[in-house]
Amino acid sequence: MEQFVDYKNIWVYIEADSGVPKSVGLELLAPGRELASANNEELVAVIIGKNAKEIAKIAIQHGADSAIVVEGPEYESYTTEAYTYALHQLVQKYKPSIMIIGATVNGRDVSPRLACRLETGLTADCTGLGIDEESGNVAWTRPAFGGNLMATILCPYTRPQIGTVRPGVFKKNELDSGRTGNIIAETIYTPAENIHTKILEFVQRIEEGGVKLKDADIIVSGGRGLGGPENFSYVRELAEVLGAAVGASRATVDAGWIPYSHQVGQTGKTVRPKVYIACGISGAIQHRAGMSGSDTIIAINKDPDAPIFTIADYGIVGDLFEVLPALTQELRNAKNA
Amino acid sequence: MNILVCVKQVPDTTEIKINPVTNTLIRQGVPSIVNPFDTYALELAVRLKEKNGGEITVVSMGPDQAIAALKECLSVGADKAYLITDRAFGGSDTLATSRVLAAVYKKLGPFDIVFCGKQAIDGDTGQVGPEMAEHLKLTQISNISELEIQDCKVRAQKEFEEGYEIVEAQLPTIVTVTKTPYEPRYSTIKSKLAANRTTVEKITIADLDIEAEKVGLKGSPTKVKKTFTPQAKGGGVVISEDSGMASAKKLCALLVTDKIV
Repeated sequence: MEQFVDYKNIWVYIEADSGVPKSVGLELLAPGRELASANNEELVAVIIGKNAKEIAKIAIQHGADSAIVVEGPEYESYTTEAYTYALHQLVQKYKPSIMIIGATVNGRDVSPRLACRLETGLTADCTGLGIDEESGNVAWTRPAFGGNLMATILCPYTRPQIGTVRPGVFKKNELDSGRTGNIIAETIYTPAENIHTKILEFVQRIEEGGVKLKDADIIVSGGRGLGGPENFSYVRELAEVLGAAVGASRATVDAGWIPYSHQVGQTGKTVRPKVYIACGISGAIQHRAGMSGSDTIIAINKDPDAPIFTIADYGIVGDLFEVLPALTQELRNAKNA
Repeated sequence: MNILVCVKQVPDTTEIKINPVTNTLIRQGVPSIVNPFDTYALELAVRLKEKNGGEITVVSMGPDQAIAALKECLSVGADKAYLITDRAFGGSDTLATSRVLAAVYKKLGPFDIVFCGKQAIDGDTGQVGPEMAEHLKLTQISNISELEIQDCKVRAQKEFEEGYEIVEAQLPTIVTVTKTPYEPRYSTIKSKLAANRTTVEKITIADLDIEAEKVGLKGSPTKVKKTFTPQAKGGGVVISEDSGMASAKKLCALLVTDKIV
């Protein structure tokens, strides 16, 4: 790859929200580290916005060798134009070979703008990263067709190779508080007249009681097998005993039994808890796409042929309305024992 | 108000099966549908037209069979439809596709606002809308569920996990649409008949100001190296005692022994 001799190093973009790094950026330092070692290159964290220097230190403690930061009033909150402009300037100056970005709402907003401006390839929402042995390019692996098929994508003829990676797929490296590295502050000024969008307000969704899906170690999810919205109480009671969050299948959300914020699956959230308990969920591929990465999967369903059982570590074939209250009681007893 | 809606015809991914020998999709017998997020986008566009007036043009890039998808859009509120089709476009990745759509915008436009679904359910990339905006140097607001337009400014509700932002942009702009608070409307027999009578014009590469090497496989910087089916996990414990109570007891004991909970 003679023509790419100018391009080196692996960049991980660390997205932050009000000066706090999002978990996904720190997670991506783990596969980034592996790519950097394999290619014998540096792993560089890139941070834009408020508190960037402090975030840079955290990124280095999570495995980055160095960091590049851009601060300025125009980067206080995310806008497509300012962030694309800043990242584009950085790429042109430093020429990274690989750029990894969290597949968040804003990560998936800025990446296509950047890749398009650079006329390079972008692979969306990856769940696996490696090196293609034959060519030395990054092998980006991602689900397609609702998770029915996996595809490995290369970007062989242009640089940088850019991909967005799904949050929750990689585990963060342990924090090493003694680890230090070089932090470069770049001054990039985006003129106000180049920013044509304005955030008028941010409305925090009113939190329902209980644990949030994305933070949960345990998730108890309900599906159409519950029969009606009132029967989500069975799921909630089990969740309460376990300190778990409540999830739901698309069918129950579409039926209006529970709000969209609970939906797990391809068109809802992707989760990777330690334990996922699917209650009355048949396990269509779209649902499995959102939860199959969980450490332990428990399925309760009356249909022994339900596809959810193909990925379950523990399965109960039986009537939900008998099993769930009994399981709740058993676990409560076990907890109090 | 001149409105453009970009739609994609996709296989209904809930109906897809995999050939276990070749590891490829069995498309035969799988119904084709309008990408669900594009139907939300169209519904928002139609509501905008009903409120502010205007005309909706809907475009789709794909083979002839995508005419069915365009007719469906015509039957639920779109006014004009174009099929963007050419062998030269085959194999286009998101960047190449966005180049074609940007060229179509220039040919048919200018438009005040462009609607796309936030992603298509076959490829799930969500990149074509923003890349199209980049080619056209337009602003974008992605992942929106609602919008209104006043005095040449759009205010859109951009959805996040934790809440939503109200983002304001000058027209023209491109928005990508996630699930909306309302279901897309259904066609009626009358609107279906009318849609069937409407001609869908074709746009080929000859109609566009675009170089052949910038589209199709040649113009695509990403290459598919291989496809494979995800591994089934298998080997789980199945419990099926005589009563739900007995099954629950057994599961609980296993979970405690295996230190799962």
